[in-house]
Amino acid sequence: MKLKELESCLQQVDGFEEPKILLEQYLTSPHIAGCMLYTIHNTFDDIQHKLVADLGCGCGVLSIGAAVLDAGLCVGFDIDEDALDIFKGNVEDFELSNIDMVQCDVCSIGSSFAKKFDTVIMNPPFGTKHNQGKSHLCCCFLKTAISMANTAVYSLHKTSTRDHIQKKANDWKMKMEVIAELRYDLPASYKFHKKKSVDIQVDFIRFTPT
Amino acid sequence: MKLLTHNMLTSHVKGVTKGYPLIIKATEVKVNELEFNAQFVSRMIPKLEWSALIQAAEWLGQSQDLPSALIPDYENDEEFLRKVHRILLEVEVIEGCLQCPESGREFPISKGVPNMLLNEGE
Repeated sequence: MKLKELESCLQQVDGFEEPKILLEQYLTSPHIAGCMLYTIHNTFDDIQHKLVADLGCGCGVLSIGAAVLDAGLCVGFDIDEDALDIFKGNVEDFELSNIDMVQCDVCSIGSSFAKKFDTVIMNPPFGTKHNQGKSHLCCCFLKTAISMANTAVYSLHKTSTRDHIQKKANDWKMKMEVIAELRYDLPASYKFHKKKSVDIQVDFIRFTPT
Repeated sequence: MKLLTHNMLTSHVKGVTKGYPLIIKATEVKVNELEFNAQFVSRMIPKLEWSALIQAAEWLGQSQDLPSALIPDYENDEEFLRKVHRILLEVEVIEGCLQCPESGREFPISKGVPNMLLNEGE
């Protein structure tokens, strides 16, 4: 499948009807999701016939893409029932059977999945001023992801936090590779946004055990 | 919820030392076809808690003729792999609940999704 085909396929994925600010809900754009998945599949061969986890799956863009690229099984994890409902609708529309989902708090699932998944993919919450208590949310997602993955973790993190993430990777004995720098165009999906869209620079990172 | 997923789920209720395997109480089960891939099934088998899988299959009345212990050289036994494929990936619990074997706490399964969220203090 070509990148353009994958992107156009992902454009069919339904997004959040009423995104929740505290959970930082927004749909990963078909372009970004497409680029991520295309690279994970073509460069690293970490999707096809693999057991994949999608942490903070939301409406399931990344999972749907992974399933379309022939993952053995992709399991989505999210805390929000409404998001998972939309995800389910998407799975039905796409008629995919290699997807499963669990409602849970990614930060508290501990080590029950230790090394069970081949690959973990995610677009974790970055931690914004509105959920300040969880400003290191992306780190707790990363920690869980690393414990669950056997081969690799693929994630998006704000470029401004690169040094911080690198330190964490070192602490957790993981090799960190910035595969690409992407510009994230967050549409003004929340009423308080004054500008039409918010531009954020993000790193697409691959973590592997050292 | 597929049984491959169930095989990995545990209860994290406070104070519980072994919340595994979660007892399946299903009120609705479906079987959804999924393309068979021998390599994938073969690779998943070593990651499984085999006895928990057999038990799960029994709870769903789907144990058919799955052996209670893994057979040697299963990688080359297509008939066996197809049986495992069916139980791991095609049988799905749509409605019911998962019960922590130690605390008795029930986690509902609704529209195929198990809800593992704990309340404050649990």
